Amino acid sequence: MIELSSQEWTAILLSLRVSLVGTIVSLPLGILVAYALARWSFPGKTLLNGLVHLPLVMPPVVTGFLLLILFGRKGLLGAPLAEIGIVFSFSWTGAALACGVMGFPLMVRAMRLSFEAIDRRLELAAGTLGANRSWSFLTVSLPLALPGIVVGWILAFAKALGEFGATITFVSNIPGETQTISAAIYTYTQIPGGDAGAFRLTFVAVVIALAALVVSELIQKHAEQRLKYVQ
Amino acid sequence: MIEVDVARRVGSFDLRVGFANSEGITALFGRSGSGKSLTLSLVAGLARPDHGRVTLDGVPLVDTETRTFVPKHRRRIGVVFQDSLLFPHLSVRHNLLFGRWFAPPQDRTIRFDQVVETLGVGHLLTRRPGLLSGGEKQRIAIGRALLSCPKLLLFDEPLASLDLERKLEILPLIEHVRDEFRVPIVYVSHAMEEVVRLASTVVRLEAGKVEAIGPPGEIFGSLAAATAENRFDRSSVLTMKVRGKNDAYGLTELVHPAGTVWLAGPAGIVGGTVRIIVKATDVVLSVDPPHHLSVRSSLSGTIDAVQENGPLATISMILDGDGHLFAMTTRHARDELDLVLGKRVYALIKTTALDERQVASVSTR
Repeated sequence: MIELSSQEWTAILLSLRVSLVGTIVSLPLGILVAYALARWSFPGKTLLNGLVHLPLVMPPVVTGFLLLILFGRKGLLGAPLAEIGIVFSFSWTGAALACGVMGFPLMVRAMRLSFEAIDRRLELAAGTLGANRSWSFLTVSLPLALPGIVVGWILAFAKALGEFGATITFVSNIPGETQTISAAIYTYTQIPGGDAGAFRLTFVAVVIALAALVVSELIQKHAEQRLKYVQ
Repeated sequence: MIEVDVARRVGSFDLRVGFANSEGITALFGRSGSGKSLTLSLVAGLARPDHGRVTLDGVPLVDTETRTFVPKHRRRIGVVFQDSLLFPHLSVRHNLLFGRWFAPPQDRTIRFDQVVETLGVGHLLTRRPGLLSGGEKQRIAIGRALLSCPKLLLFDEPLASLDLERKLEILPLIEHVRDEFRVPIVYVSHAMEEVVRLASTVVRLEAGKVEAIGPPGEIFGSLAAATAENRFDRSSVLTMKVRGKNDAYGLTELVHPAGTVWLAGPAGIVGGTVRIIVKATDVVLSVDPPHHLSVRSSLSGTIDAVQENGPLATISMILDGDGHLFAMTTRHARDELDLVLGKRVYALIKTTALDERQVASVSTR
């Protein structure tokens, strides 16, 4: 086994915490946006779709800079939030926010496809049986889209683990606070003789990423198997 | 009691339909594109009319004048869709109970056990819908709609995607539902056999308009009303009394003032009334009383209309007593036998041509 230093452990645990919190907090919003894009027609739908996909197509540094402007201590949203005690700048919560934003497009894409694959008339059938919109969603659409939701979440989580550009731009690279695996590897590469540490963390990053992909693959297989019986 | 009077325009298609039903089955009958399914959607609340109103037990569900629109989940109308639309992620039991959960407790008058027993689905309760056959799915769909304890049931071509054997299985179940649970039913279909067997009232739709409303015998009883597109679809409906059963030969004897019809197999109860559908292509006409023929069923009457169609001629006769019967002949045969208006004829019916679907016991209530 490879020996990891305490600072490396800190970076790994911080990475997991930041990614988990970022993707779990954004999950309900992701489900809502995915469902709205899949099912509803409303003014500004194209705009919303574009907005959701922006972090996917923009350079991560740009996303990080925009986050800094919006959520920095003197930012448009950051200043009022700081007054009620929610601070993002140079804090692990800011890293989580960056992770949530960067993973959001992947999350919504997978979930939207999964909602779109559900026969719309199943919701109508639920309606004729007495279920209002919310109940139809909770009892029919949501459980049927569950495999897609899980896959979307795993993709976002994997993306969050690898997130570097937006995080370092937004909340810098503070050991123990905002230094994730990626940032720690970057730091190692900047100091002489840091290659060994970079290799150790690289190994850990590969293992976590592979595990996430395998789980997502298994869930997709399971869902396909189930859909076979549905047809 | 459901009262419908609605208008809706979709593209160049204009729908304008009015009818009412208080008990038993009212059928919306017509070929595809006649507006039956759209009418059903307007009643169920799956679509909105441009004008008009729908009331259920006197309560308006939609009224464009007062801008009333009750959403589908508050209408208490159960729908059985053509492709059943069961919830794939729920077991059969939970599919059945889905609507019941949303019904107000005081309205949950229909018992789960009774529905399961009537539909014969007890052995399926733990299964997932994905593995069920088409007939089983449709039974569950009927049970699911019924268990929501609705004030009205809508059937949208429930048998259209099933094969003949499954149809013969489900038809008596729908009769049971009609007679046991006493929920009024609106039944959409383009299949005359189903409509004749199930419905007490037929609303015949054509291009979005109501062409005729009445009991099946009347609706399908005149040449002008025949909607058949080809000669094999032209049929007559006869209402007859069951006189007795011949157990030695396995036959049922049906009587009519115009004559006797023998049916292969059991039908109805002795003394009761049944309706049978006779295809015009299964009828042979004779100008003399028949003798020495293998066909034992014959009905007498007078020719009241003749319609020519290429090499063929459809002869309509008024049966002695009551009712109409159509016979398909060649124009050649019509000329040689001199089958003209007012002529007395005997119609011979091949009973082996009648299948179970074409015989319905009419409830005497």
